[in-house]
Amino acid sequence: MIYADNAATTKMSRRAIEKMVLLTEETYGNPSSLYTFGQRAKEALEEARATVAKLIGAEPREILFTSGGSEADNQAIISAAELGKKNGKKHIISSAFEHHAVLHTLNKLKKEGFEITLLDVHENGLILPEEVEAAIKDDTCLVTIMFANNEIGTIQPIREIGAICRKKNVLFHTDAVQAIGHLPINVIDDNIDMLSASAHKFHGPKGVGFLYAKKGIRLSNLIEGGAQERGRRAGTENVPGIAAMAEALNESVEKMAENAEKLTEKRNKLIKGLKEIPHSAINGDEVKRLPSNVNFCFEGIEGESLLLLLDDKGIAASSGSACTSGSLDPSHVLLAIGRVHDVAHGSLRLSIGEDITDEDVDYIIKSVKEVVEYLRGFSPVWRDLVAGKSQFILP
Amino acid sequence: MALYSEKVMDHFRNPRNVGVIEDANGIGEVGNAKCGDIMKMYLKIEDDIIQDVKFETFGCGSAIASSSMATEMIKGKPVADAMKLTNKAVAEALDGLPDYKMHCSVLAEEAIKSALEDYEKRGKN
Ligand SMILES: Cc1ncc(COP(=O)(O)O)c(C=O)c1O
Ligand code: FES
Repeated sequence: MIYADNAATTKMSRRAIEKMVLLTEETYGNPSSLYTFGQRAKEALEEARATVAKLIGAEPREILFTSGGSEADNQAIISAAELGKKNGKKHIISSAFEHHAVLHTLNKLKKEGFEITLLDVHENGLILPEEVEAAIKDDTCLVTIMFANNEIGTIQPIREIGAICRKKNVLFHTDAVQAIGHLPINVIDDNIDMLSASAHKFHGPKGVGFLYAKKGIRLSNLIEGGAQERGRRAGTENVPGIAAMAEALNESVEKMAENAEKLTEKRNKLIKGLKEIPHSAINGDEVKRLPSNVNFCFEGIEGESLLLLLDDKGIAASSGSACTSGSLDPSHVLLAIGRVHDVAHGSLRLSIGEDITDEDVDYIIKSVKEVVEYLRGFSPVWRDLVAGKSQFILP
Repeated sequence: MALYSEKVMDHFRNPRNVGVIEDANGIGEVGNAKCGDIMKMYLKIEDDIIQDVKFETFGCGSAIASSSMATEMIKGKPVADAMKLTNKAVAEALDGLPDYKMHCSVLAEEAIKSALEDYEKRGKN
């Protein structure tokens, strides 16, 4: 199998697995226990915190461990909203193509009387910093913009947006779930106040993540109970998962430059090959995108059949995001960049991993070409396009 | 657990009766506005019997499988029988569909009904 769905989740690295096993088998104490055995788990926990903090330019006390990216997004946004409400500020700025962990939290706040502005992400999937600036009002309490999009991989001008928020004295949160471990991130240089991350997107375990919140930002609890995580997140810590996450992040950052170079080369080769398919188009800016991300629309076909047939050929890929399967609506990300329904339906996301070979790339290109041609062969939509009864949208 | 039953996958991978009938005397095309899928049915009817049927589908796996199964279920049958084909029968013949995919079988039922209506309309002219 060629696994080309690393934006959905990644394989755990050997080093992360070994760390997890070690802490599960040997250091299984409860970090809140007083005796030495418990304190050893506490040490492992704090070591992981220090590692994660250092890798993003933060201080250990600014790192809060969570159950993943969704929880971190929820907590960051809810905290900023509650702080804002205290000061009579109930306006939040975000973008139309955020992850649902962000969008659904914002929807909840909207029902509670917050005003939400969703910025346009334009045809290339990029937010303009000047549009962020123009949207900020006196009562804006938060700007939340993702670092890199999970479907089309476009990388946002985070540092510039952060600088604007600093200047205007507005909190800035970024969902960096797809970016961390893959792109250089430093919360100080990048002007980030809060950042969400999830271990399983950088070869760590599932169900673990963290929220960075700059000193002085008072976080609201989502989970009440014990005094873990300085009273901000109750529940016995997932020590093996957290330690494995720190190990995985460390490894990803060590190998970042090398991996990025390799992935970018393979990605560009895939893009070049898939562009040869007539009436297709790449989604999102071709250059300002994650080294692993390829996302295309093919006119006249539907994405699920494409995925099932690629699966038969041993290629694991995705159409839109995994969370969207089960829903019939086309991807909100593709609609946000202006793809019409029909075209948005025929989308393919390949998110390649570091172990991909040139042969894999060639095989993927060949397989996608075959499947698209086959499906077009009995598509009434394609027939009408070819017969000139309807107009092609993609060149 | 697989998304679809073996039957669905079989009809999806090897769809029966795919294509166009050039001299069809009943053609129906239907779509689902929500998911955007489109299905087109071609019928060749003689002596009130469906002599041939072909389909084209722009849609998901279960839409393709439903159209394939539906064509098998009406081929060689009298028009009156085809008129009675329900989406439930198509879904059952496929060993079931996930709940949110039941509408794909509805599309197959509607495509056939629409083609039969077209045939009847033509007969009146
Ligand atoms: C951009 C983005 N944000 C948030 C999440 C949610 O992370 P998790 O699955 O760890 O809750 C994901 C991935 O699923 C993501 O891609
Ligand atoms: S999802 Fe609509 S026909 Fe299958």
